[in-house]
Amino acid sequence: MGKIFKFGQDVDTDQIIASQYIIYPTIDEMKVHTFESLDTDFASKVQPGDYVVASENFGCGSSREQAPTVLKALGVKAVIAKSFARIFYRNAINIGLPVIVCKELYDNVNAGDEMELFMQEGVVRVNEKEYACTKLPEYMQGILDQGGLIASLDRD
Amino acid sequence: MGLTIIEKIVRNNIGKEVRPGEIVTVNVDRVMIHDIFIPFVASKFEEMGFTKIWDPDKAVLIYDHLVPASQVDDTRHFRIGNEFVEKYDMKNIHRSDGICHQLMTEAGYVKPGNIVFGTDSHTTTYGCVGAFSSGIGYTEMASILGTGTLWIRVPETIKVNITGKLPENVMAKDIILKLIGDLGADGATYKALEFTGDTVENMTVASRMCMSNMAIEAGAKCALFSPDEKTAEYCGITLTEKEQDLVGDADAQYCRVIEYKAEEFVPVMACPSNVDNVKPVTELVGKNIDQVFIGSCTNGRLEDLMAAAEILKGKQVAPFVKLIVTPASRKIYQEATKNGTLAVLAEAGAIITHPSCGLCCGRTGGILTDGETVIATNNRNFLGRMGTSKVNIYLASPKTAAACAIEGKIVAP
Repeated sequence: MGKIFKFGQDVDTDQIIASQYIIYPTIDEMKVHTFESLDTDFASKVQPGDYVVASENFGCGSSREQAPTVLKALGVKAVIAKSFARIFYRNAINIGLPVIVCKELYDNVNAGDEMELFMQEGVVRVNEKEYACTKLPEYMQGILDQGGLIASLDRD
Repeated sequence: MGLTIIEKIVRNNIGKEVRPGEIVTVNVDRVMIHDIFIPFVASKFEEMGFTKIWDPDKAVLIYDHLVPASQVDDTRHFRIGNEFVEKYDMKNIHRSDGICHQLMTEAGYVKPGNIVFGTDSHTTTYGCVGAFSSGIGYTEMASILGTGTLWIRVPETIKVNITGKLPENVMAKDIILKLIGDLGADGATYKALEFTGDTVENMTVASRMCMSNMAIEAGAKCALFSPDEKTAEYCGITLTEKEQDLVGDADAQYCRVIEYKAEEFVPVMACPSNVDNVKPVTELVGKNIDQVFIGSCTNGRLEDLMAAAEILKGKQVAPFVKLIVTPASRKIYQEATKNGTLAVLAEAGAIITHPSCGLCCGRTGGILTDGETVIATNNRNFLGRMGTSKVNIYLASPKTAAACAIEGKIVAP
């Protein structure tokens, strides 16, 4: 079980990790600034296994791979949104951060709710209810299952 | 059944017909890496165990976001970039020639029908010459550098047909902002845009560039214009039969067709803090402003600087307003010097900076603070993009921006 951190629509990559931090040499130095403009304490509150839940178009904006990378580094188990922006979505899969499309979840949960994701089954369970998620295309699930693009290249 | 432009480009690349939704592996014609991400690309490349770049001539490294360095840490990016270039025998590097997206077409790295990926999201720009180009992350860039290939999902296409003559003082920027407002920030996600109609046929390549540049703000994967005589002249080539055929077929399948009459466009602005929050300038008139920025890979080209100069000629920037002008490349800077454009802007009171990303990426050259308002010609008005998260950023065309600079408040050009 993990706790839900809830964000709205069109959350852009500047809001996930702002420009001034993405040139820090390491992800560990960057990650403490995650979501800083939306929730200054996010990085200290989030625990490994927690979830980010958002509305439409999560991760729009720049191509910065640091955006999914800081979320993964903070231990976010998955981002579950109504929809994702294209580059964020690819980047997340390539670094092994599950990004799950679930149309119904956002409107039915609150920040702080305890949730569990069953990725193989394609469902999330929260507040004693289950919500169906869209499954990834096989090719992308393959990359994710192996832990990201680098791990999948090693396998090939 | 007919094909859209993107379906033809992918077919020509992999040698078989494709349909939207298919996942295919394409051969990459060119890649662009910029200074912000080169340290990450370099470390991932080595982590992946590659020892050489698949084709060093196809890779281009451009320093633009951090040029010239404004903080000591920025120089680390140049050092790592220079070492990478040396170690892997790259020849194409630009250390202070201008913004990556301007240079990729201006310096002839991208041709019609090419497939190009870049580490910056505005890589969609090269659709202006009929190339399929899109932004990716640094891990995928490292993977392309080693393999020369990338998997893509063939996108559906939204056709945008624009006919007629644009009103005076309406620029390509007003068209693309209106389209983003109509589509929404995710209205073209995973999709290709294809622009047709006599309005875009009559446009310069520079104006087309402004539009394909901003397509990502509606989530688009790419934004394509059919190559024509203007494209050929701009690229310094004669179009081959294959390149001439990069036109959407009459019986091609589009997921959506949007029609506009050019006469109906008006000057618009994207209001804080979303690019799809688009309103006619007439609804915003009178708001006081603190700064104006004319530049970026969206609107830092010669025609943009000339359009601003036309408005500013013989006038003065309002005394409390800072007008910052940043040419998109050294070549543009030189041309604007030669034809007197920069002199007009300087006489009007503009601060003219070196060619680079400048204020657009919010790292240098005009950072703003809480409560301040900037009219900017670049492509994003996200929270915190140009300083604190309480700066109001309005996106507009160079003409609108110039008119606002004179009055010190929002006015229509």
